[in-house]
Amino acid sequence: MDGVHVIERNDFDALLDALTRRGYAIVGPTVRDQAIVYDEIASSADLPAGWTDEQEAGHYRLRRREDEALFGYAVGPHSWKQYQLPAEVKLWRARVDQDGGLSNVTEPPRESPRYAFLGARSCELHAVGILDRVLLGGSHPDPADAGRTKDLFIVAVQCGEAGGTCFCVSMKTGPVAERGFDLALTEVLEEHRHYFVVEVGSERGADVLADVPHGEAVEEDRTAAGAVHARTASQMGRELDVTEIKELLYRNYDHPRWEEVAERCLTCGNCTMVCPTCFCTTVEDVTDLAGEHVERHQRWDSCFTVDYSGIHDGAVRGSAKSRYRQWMTHKLATWHDQFGTSGCVGCGRCITWCPVGIDLTEEAAAIRESEEGPK
Amino acid sequence: MAAAAKKTLAVWKFSSCDGCQLSLLDLEDELLTLAARLEIAQFLEASSATVAGPYDVSLVEGSITTPHDAERIRAVRACSRALITIGACATAGGIQALRNFADVEEFTRAVYASPDYISTLATSTPISAHVPVDFELNGCPINKRQLLEVINAYLNARRPRVRAHSVCVECKRRGTVCVMVAHGTPCLGPVTHAGCGAICPAYDRGCYGCFGPKETPNPASLDHWSGLEDRDLVRVYRTYNAAAGPFRNASEAHE
Repeated sequence: MDGVHVIERNDFDALLDALTRRGYAIVGPTVRDQAIVYDEIASSADLPAGWTDEQEAGHYRLRRREDEALFGYAVGPHSWKQYQLPAEVKLWRARVDQDGGLSNVTEPPRESPRYAFLGARSCELHAVGILDRVLLGGSHPDPADAGRTKDLFIVAVQCGEAGGTCFCVSMKTGPVAERGFDLALTEVLEEHRHYFVVEVGSERGADVLADVPHGEAVEEDRTAAGAVHARTASQMGRELDVTEIKELLYRNYDHPRWEEVAERCLTCGNCTMVCPTCFCTTVEDVTDLAGEHVERHQRWDSCFTVDYSGIHDGAVRGSAKSRYRQWMTHKLATWHDQFGTSGCVGCGRCITWCPVGIDLTEEAAAIRESEEGPK
Repeated sequence: MAAAAKKTLAVWKFSSCDGCQLSLLDLEDELLTLAARLEIAQFLEASSATVAGPYDVSLVEGSITTPHDAERIRAVRACSRALITIGACATAGGIQALRNFADVEEFTRAVYASPDYISTLATSTPISAHVPVDFELNGCPINKRQLLEVINAYLNARRPRVRAHSVCVECKRRGTVCVMVAHGTPCLGPVTHAGCGAICPAYDRGCYGCFGPKETPNPASLDHWSGLEDRDLVRVYRTYNAAAGPFRNASEAHE
């Protein structure tokens, strides 16, 4: 398993073939609707060769690169969450008896394909781990959730570009993936050579690599990869001071900044939908017209909807202020108490995909500055 | 199920284009099952044969724009155990509520040779402005799956799965890339009531707000960010749900 290897660009499709032969459904980045999204990948022709993304608060544009990099972008609107926790899942179906009771309760098979995630970034590996802890930790794990990531094969890509809203360095979740992958690639583009420096993270990874034409990395290859990592780390578009951030937010529950952000917040829920760790779902019961069968469905929900905190006689979090505060405080503070880590991996999606560009790093900094003065 | 247990359904039309009530006939695969559970007692678009009331459930389409209709809706309410309004006209006044921002007498003089024959109100108002309503289904037109869900929920005495959150949630659930953030296309999705399934953004267009304002909408923030001129913002909000409170306030703020 040790050692660092090299795959030339021209041999890259052999990696995809090796995964396909092992029965993996490969999911990776592809261009659709003027963005880089995740979908099933058949060959390197499906990858976003030569594309990058320009990101700012509330702003994303696909841009042409001057080279043919396959992974020369930051992260897009999709995350691996859609495979770990699908947007809608049928939980069970039952027959309604004459007396109103239920019988023949059946859980539909929830087998997922064996996925290979191609192009997962360091922040995303952290997010997959955090979401796994949420779904599978605690006293009531859902075995179906475990099934989706059990045989996951991960081909990580070390970021060659940081986006304008990235702050993984602040969250200590990147840009370099150190574990949690089967193979990790660093893409290197030189004037006359396009190749990948490959780290092996598991025996399965080594087994796949053995099926792909590759060589040992020489000193120059390692240096080139190291330069990519250092450059990306220096390009972070955002930063977030996480020093005692839990205590900071707990102390500032009544800070006037929450009112200010609430004037801008649309309570549309986009930040939670694009967040790779936001896991809130609702269950909805449906009947057939004849009233003979019922089904229970689990669907993505958001703490920004009124119903999510709805109890008898209304919602606990009726105001935009209370909902934004709940979300940001959960992500950065209460998550530590609940799950032992931050809920934020610094991917920047909530900033980019907020339709009005609300930036949680800016909100947290404003609260901190009110206590400590400007940095 | 015994025939005696069948509930009766009536469909009523006020000022409207009939599109929403036709959604009922559009339920081709479910219509027979529906007819087995409900006696369709009054539905003039489907049959001129009617059964006298009272009715268990009435679907009401259209807005109130004439003195005659303002009286008629009271009679409909009186003969209906449950009253469900369907569509933007019935829930918000519809496109014809554009009259609320203008001089209706001036319109009648311009349009009709003998305006004296026209008996119309100065405003187009939703059904809920006249009688109590048990459930409102938004949309111009309504989504037929949602109509079926409301009827299904009524028949099975459960809460309808009709959520009032943003269209954005529907876009994200189906994996649609945000047209506003990624393309710079103006979109009302963040202030608009879900229900259509986020059709327009899936076809590369911004949301037109056909389903009216969502719960807790914040048009002022969206408008400020959009960079659109006041004139355009007035037009954006003055379509099928022009008179719905938050959209009306939004358009008036830019006049």
